Amino acid sequence: MAERQSIRLVVNGKSVTTTVEPRMHLIDFLRDELQIKGARVGCEHGVCGACTVRLNGQMVRGCLVLAVGAANCTVETLEGASDRGDLAALQAAFHARNALQCGFCTAGMLLAAAELIATRPDSSREEIREFMSGNYCRCTGYQAIVDAIEDVLSARSASVAGGQKC
Amino acid sequence: MKAPEFDYVRARSLEEVFALLDEYGDEARILAGGQTLLATMNMRLSEPQILVDIGGLSALKQLSVVGDVLRIGAMVTHAEIEDSTVVREHAPLLSEVAPLVAHRAIRNLGTFGGSIAFADPAAEWPCILVAMKGVVIAQGVEGQRGIPADEFFIDLYTTALRPGEIIVALDLPLKGPKSIYAFDELTRRHGDYAIVGAAITGGVSEEGFLKDARIVFLGTGNKPDRAHAVEQQLETTPLTRATAATFARALDISPGGDLYNSAETKLHLARVTLERLLSKLAQTLEVPEHG
Repeated sequence: MAERQSIRLVVNGKSVTTTVEPRMHLIDFLRDELQIKGARVGCEHGVCGACTVRLNGQMVRGCLVLAVGAANCTVETLEGASDRGDLAALQAAFHARNALQCGFCTAGMLLAAAELIATRPDSSREEIREFMSGNYCRCTGYQAIVDAIEDVLSARSASVAGGQKC
Repeated sequence: MKAPEFDYVRARSLEEVFALLDEYGDEARILAGGQTLLATMNMRLSEPQILVDIGGLSALKQLSVVGDVLRIGAMVTHAEIEDSTVVREHAPLLSEVAPLVAHRAIRNLGTFGGSIAFADPAAEWPCILVAMKGVVIAQGVEGQRGIPADEFFIDLYTTALRPGEIIVALDLPLKGPKSIYAFDELTRRHGDYAIVGAAITGGVSEEGFLKDARIVFLGTGNKPDRAHAVEQQLETTPLTRATAATFARALDISPGGDLYNSAETKLHLARVTLERLLSKLAQTLEVPEHG
């Protein structure tokens, strides 16, 4: 049996020191070892985007990162990112636009949408669709999700145009 | 599914990597960004005994102009290429193609070197490396050597890397004043593997025609697939918007079919892609950009 390895990392602002088997994915580590239930396990081969989490501030597929490989990194799940900054506005827009039904994809959708808003604030509807194409939703048909993201972007550009500080 | 058991070492130096490769041979796999390898391990298509993680080797993360080439360290990610102003200035074809590689969450970790080493004939970077006449910088215990892209890709997932060697960097020629290029691919969904795609690179002759053209397809063969016959025709017959379709019809590659598309469909789509690209280039040549 492969030897367990010691790791230390910061998850949602808290330092975690533990040992893991090398084969354990980051997403399983978050969900099963740390009991963070916003960490969703979907297809396990990088296609569906349900397991999207932040690693050192950038979104990644939690099923394509080893927990042992995340040693000395900063990890954030929806629980850590929720209710502040871009996430608060996105969560409100997803709610208002009915951009979720079962909720399974929602954590990944919100984190992907937050990265879009942070890095591509001028995205057109088509560009939103392209950027979000790595995240599957089996309930909404995507229209409402794109609507919600568009709402947040246009509210932001309106507030910037109005000279207000966000 | 979950990956089977394996051991894991985060290498602290290239010497340690070479020692582990020497000790474990084929049972060791290099872990770069992991965006392909970990997926194949999760599917149990690959079961290495030990992963040697090269993510901690900062020397492999450099991205800069060195002499007359753009040197991209093996561990530079697709996202870093996508966002780099140096790349945009000196190798804009890479900037254009990077957003088409998978999805941003994957591009944030997946690496240029990993994609080249894996040599998936459906992926963008091997095709681009051949189209741009790039050079693979490989290193082993015996030192470094440069392998031209034309000689690097041998067959499906098979490269000219020797046992014990790894890719440390990729060298790409800098864009010159007369360089032109184009890339396009056909996908069912943005970010998916393309059904077919193609890159064209070349220069502009004094008469204002495409010269020294290289046409390379992805998704059609076991390795980046050059359209030699069309390249040769372009040496003697000027490319114009009127002749683009004729060149496309002359395309004589022999794609293999897959689960979703027959060989005939792929050839048709390759011709469609080629005609689009040549028309676009012909238009560029007819209306030279000023200023």
